Amino acid sequence: MSVATMQGREIHVDEEGFLTDPSEWDEALAEELAANIGITLTDRHLEVIRFARADQAEQGETPTLRRTSAVGGFPTKELFQLFPKKPAKKLSYIAGLQKPVGCV
Amino acid sequence: MMTTATSTPEAAPIPSFDDDEEGGRKLVLICSKGSLDMAYPGLVLANAALGEGIEVHIFFTFWGFEIINTKTMGDLKFVALGNPATHMPNAVMGLPGMTAMSTKMMKKQIADLDIPEVPEFLDLIHESGGHLWACRMSADMMKLTEDDLYEGVEGIISASDFMELSEGAQTIFI
Repeated sequence: MSVATMQGREIHVDEEGFLTDPSEWDEALAEELAANIGITLTDRHLEVIRFARADQAEQGETPTLRRTSAVGGFPTKELFQLFPKKPAKKLSYIAGLQKPVGCV
Repeated sequence: MMTTATSTPEAAPIPSFDDDEEGGRKLVLICSKGSLDMAYPGLVLANAALGEGIEVHIFFTFWGFEIINTKTMGDLKFVALGNPATHMPNAVMGLPGMTAMSTKMMKKQIADLDIPEVPEFLDLIHESGGHLWACRMSADMMKLTEDDLYEGVEGIISASDFMELSEGAQTIFI
């Protein structure tokens, strides 16, 4: 784990760059994280991100893609469009969460 | 301790999602078994690979047709008889009703993990861009046509077609 400076403040991240403390996240930071991986955030991205963060806060772990779709109500196809190729990982990175651990 | 005062702010690492490198990766799964416990490995791996941006093809052959036959796909069974990993005596597991019971137990364990049933799992894979194929010889043997199969199945293909399809792919036989 290391400390990085983003948005003018210290942010704790793991060796890959995923935030280790979700409470250090805000939507301005999300824009910077998204830009890092070539994604321009839209309102729809933010809806998914807010779901993922709320679900993580409640369940204690990052939702998988299937959970984001089944519980959050976001169609799988759309998630692949919003967060291309590796939707679960990209979503968790931008949402300031760890990668999901579940298999499905 | 004032260690942070002297350290210089670091730029955050950015995860390498390797989008370009994964561009050429292709996974082919051959599903040849028709029991509940043997359906899931292929479906789970296919789904995981799709979530990593990998091109995925599943080829259903022989008993694997149970997974895509609309009449059977929602009703796969787990047979504990003759399976030493269940640690149950065969004399007991061979009794009437035991397959129904062990199937019910396994389905509950799967549902408890929030893992979808087979038809819904196929939907998930199909929506995620996975390709589903059925084996020509098996279809002919079982007298099945595309009308009998899950709608996401793209076609009934021959062994030679499969060779073209799997060129350059990592192939796993289940």
